[in-house]
Amino acid sequence: MELLHHLLSTALSTVVDVLPIVVIIFGFQLLVLRQEIPNLKSVLVGFAYVLAGLTLFLVGLEEALFPIGKLMAHELTDPAFISGVDAPGQALDWDDYIWVYLFAAAIGFATTIAEPALIAVAIKANQVSAGAIGVWGLRVAVAIGVALGIALGTFRIVTGTPLHYYIIAGYVFVVIQTLFAPRMIIALAYDSGGVTTSTVTVPLVAALGLGLASTIPGRSPLIDGFGLIAFASLFPIMSVIGYAQLSEWWVKRQQQQISHDSNKNDH
Amino acid sequence: MEQIRQLIDSILSSVRDLLPIVLVVTFFQLVVIQQPFPELARMITGFLLVVLGLALFVRGLEQALFPIGESIAYAFARKGNLFWLLTFAFALGFGTTIAEPALTAVADEAARIAADGGVIADQADALESYSLGLRITVALAVGFAILTGVYRIVKGWPIQYLIIGGYIGVVIMTAFAPPEIIGIAYDSGGVTTSTVTVPLVTALGVGLAESIKGRNPMVDGFGLIAFASLTPMIFVMAFGMVI
Repeated sequence: MELLHHLLSTALSTVVDVLPIVVIIFGFQLLVLRQEIPNLKSVLVGFAYVLAGLTLFLVGLEEALFPIGKLMAHELTDPAFISGVDAPGQALDWDDYIWVYLFAAAIGFATTIAEPALIAVAIKANQVSAGAIGVWGLRVAVAIGVALGIALGTFRIVTGTPLHYYIIAGYVFVVIQTLFAPRMIIALAYDSGGVTTSTVTVPLVAALGLGLASTIPGRSPLIDGFGLIAFASLFPIMSVIGYAQLSEWWVKRQQQQISHDSNKNDH
Repeated sequence: MEQIRQLIDSILSSVRDLLPIVLVVTFFQLVVIQQPFPELARMITGFLLVVLGLALFVRGLEQALFPIGESIAYAFARKGNLFWLLTFAFALGFGTTIAEPALTAVADEAARIAADGGVIADQADALESYSLGLRITVALAVGFAILTGVYRIVKGWPIQYLIIGGYIGVVIMTAFAPPEIIGIAYDSGGVTTSTVTVPLVTALGVGLAESIKGRNPMVDGFGLIAFASLTPMIFVMAFGMVI
């Protein structure tokens, strides 16, 4: 009964969220473009799938994942857990938080793999590149970026260094990487920064940041609790460009080997 | 028969997508925190809903969101009216952001910070107008971003110059913005792009690049989301300076 109520109210709010998009699209189709939507019936059924899918997805996350994820973030950042049994009450150093960094990286990776918006972009990139960019290759590259980013972000909260130093250093790194990147990947890499953080990742990561900032002395949850999302949007750019560079290098190496081998056969 | 097989396939791939989360949560709960799962039955029900939901969403993606984005891109390219194309781009960015629930949550949080910092009065109406102002700022930023991104595709400009220009803008604004807004501004870039907007906007960009002569969908078609996650940072810091 409670679940049914949850489903209905989420369905309603999903419809309200999607409404502006539907109004804009149909408004422009009918008033400006003056054309009928091709395959209207199939598109409407597809829209119903999207709405139903998002609703079930969100309700499921709120039932299953968010409560336990937030509870874990809370327990792992609890000073009593971090200092352990052997040294209760001692002042904590940044290296006492090793489980927090590991959890941050693991949950960042796992939630990114499940992120529907990233699945969409990966499918599109696979189609457009005629298979050169693998759906899973891209998703794993992005997820590794998010994992590193969030782990570093929690380290920043623990040490209390200013956010903008990290982000600006990251920008400098991205700019240098761009100079050497294959041209084909650049736009997609920049996009993957924005795609990673939506439905699944944001609530859990925000809980982790706020939990950390509120248990470490001297941190303000309101100021230090933010910023993890920024890390999660920056690091995938680097990891996706890195993925492209690695696969380019790999292809070149194999080609060299093949030509090397055939040279040998010639002699 | 074919349909049932498709359904089973998409459910299996959803299970694969969600497996990492299950492994991570199980490992940390049982091995690190060493506690049993509370409400296991509820978690399993929830997990089944997530699997089914993801499978349906991916289905709808290919059947509705991608085709719509593409057909609009083709129609605008055929019509050749740049003004209406840019108007559409701005409306799509603004309209989808202003109602975004994640943004509303961040904006309310930001209003509380501003009130605690004494920037605005700690009263309900002051908080509300600050939060609304912030949401409109971000929505304008995203509208502007999609507009710029679409214009870039039409002109064929290399994306990196614009993005690096944006980075320089962020760095300069960071030097002048009040410190309490910086964390929120940096995060606001990530929360703007929702699950429904991303596939639509991606299909729009790729469709435009495919239908305009001389553009490569891989090099020119992507990048709209990148703009949408960059401009809000600059706009929000500007908002923090003005208030």
